[in-house]
Formats: sequence, C-alpha cells, structure tokens
Amino acid sequence: MKNNKPSIKQTFDISAGNFSVAGSASSRIKNMLKRIGIDDKIIRRVAVATYEAEMNIAIHSHGGTLCIEIFPDVIIIVAKDKGPGIKNVALAMEEGYSTATDEIRAMGFGAGMGLPNMKKCSDEFDIQSTLGVGTRVEMKMYNKE
Amino acid sequence: MLMKVKVLCEKLGLSVIAGNEYLNREIKSGYCCDLLSLVMSKADKGCCWVTVQTHPNIVAVASLLEVGCIIIPEAIQVEDNTRKKAEQEGIPILSSDMNGFELCGRLYSLLGEGR
Ligand SMILES: Nc1ncnc2c1ncn2[C@@H]1O[C@H](COP(=O)(O)OP(=O)(O)OP(=O)(O)O)[C@@H](O)[C@H]1O
Ligand SMILES: [Mg+2]
Repeated sequence: MKNNKPSIKQTFDISAGNFSVAGSASSRIKNMLKRIGIDDKIIRRVAVATYEAEMNIAIHSHGGTLCIEIFPDVIIIVAKDKGPGIKNVALAMEEGYSTATDEIRAMGFGAGMGLPNMKKCSDEFDIQSTLGVGTRVEMKMYNKE
Repeated sequence: MLMKVKVLCEKLGLSVIAGNEYLNREIKSGYCCDLLSLVMSKADKGCCWVTVQTHPNIVAVASLLEVGCIIIPEAIQVEDNTRKKAEQEGIPILSSDMNGFELCGRLYSLLGEGR
C-alpha cells in the first residue's frame, strides 16, 4: 500500500548573494537523510542536487526556498525562487552554458554544470521558468534499496 | 593504495591548516579541480581533493561528498572562515609549497591509480 502521508517535509530559505558561505541547507538535508538511514548512494545524489540548486538560488536569483519531502518510496526536492527567471531554459540546461560573472567564476562557480548535475542525479527532473517571475526546479529520487 | 592523512603529510611535507583531529582518516584516491560543480559530479568519497580555491564553500563541497581531505598547493593562504568551517565539519585542510603539478604527481605515485 502506498503511503500518501509525507513522513518528513522541510523548507529552507536561501538568500541571494553570500554564496561563499552558502551550502548550509544542503548540509542539513544530508545530515537529516543520514539520521533517517537513507541509502548512501541516494544520499550522495540528493546532496549533489540540493547543493547545485541551493547555489543557483544564491548566485543567480533574488532568493528563494529549497524544500525536501521524504516519502517512503520517493524523495521530492523543489527549488523555487523569486526571479529573475531564465530566458532560454534549453540553453541553460546545456553543459558548459553559464552567465556567471568573472568574479564568480574566479571562485570556481560557473562551469555550467549545475543544472546538468541536478538532472543526472534525479530519476525525474522538471524545470519551469518565467522571465520576471522566477524559476522552479522539481527533482524526484526513487527511494529504493 | 590506502594511506592515512597524517602519512601523506609526513611523506609530502604538508602542513595542517585545519582538522588536526582527523588525520587518521584513510585516503583512497585523489582528485584535482577548481570548478566546484565538476568536483561535485566527479570527486570520490574518501579522496584527497587538490584545489586553489580557499573560500568556505570548498568545505561545504568536501563535506557533502565526504572527501577525506583538501590540499591547497603553492602555499596559498586559506581564509579564516574556511579554516573555522573545516574544524566544525571535520575536514582536514593541508597546505603544500609545491605547485599543483608537482603535488598531484607525488600524490599519484603514493596513492597509485585510484583516480
Ligand atoms: N535559479 C536561477 N535563476 C536564474 N537563472 C538561473 C537559475 N539557475 C540557473 N540559471 C541560469 O542557467 C545557467 C546555467 O546554470 P548551471 O547551474 O547549469 O550553471 P552555473 O550555475 O552557471 O555554473 P555551475 O553550476 O557549474 O557553477 C546559469 O549560468 C544562469 O544563467
Ligand atoms: Mg549552478
């Protein structure tokens, strides 16, 4: 029988900028999954995906939230922000495409690998973005043994 | 080949910038890259990660991936915040006078072909 009730749901606020110290939401999510006893391989995929989502909100957006919901059979991650949105989502999904500034690149961000990494780590991946409104990324990882 | 962090320090003359309590950890392999999302997709758990980045976000990356230690070449100064975060997260940061090429070459010959 499928259990429709989420066992755990948590939302983290991610502020814009300050990206040299960002990463704390993904750390807390990882610790939470460890405590629950989720499989190590799935934890790694969630860790990579949430880190990239958190960094994109911190670097490219005006701020947003990272939400994780853990069901017995699936983990659902939703990253949502308040804009500015992405003009060409297909282009943004390409490996190596980045609009990061030189200053941000000098810190090691801006390889254009974040979104592709998120997709690779997910069993289901969906990105919706509207210019002037915001971006919403939803990722599902099946929680199988 | 597995090698404790403290043995790497002895053999390569690395100085410990942070994480003195975690030097018994075994290193399984090595990875060298300064692009964080490439590291995120490629670096193995338990590896030593060589990078010239020194801001606190490298500790977040290392901790999420359970990297064994971070090694900074060229004796580049490490930010204080990074050092503090590394202590909190239990990630040793080591510093070398060697450049990245020499350092990775030496690491490779000690750790063998483990990536
Ligand atoms: N939340 C967002 N809001 C606005 N633009 C975004 C957002 N996320 C990604 N983008 C755009 O998509 C591009 C590609 O994102 P991706 O995460 O793949 O690479 P990156 O963040 O530039 O570099 P990396 O993730 O490798 O450090 C970004 O450069 C940016 O232009
Ligand atoms: Mg990114």
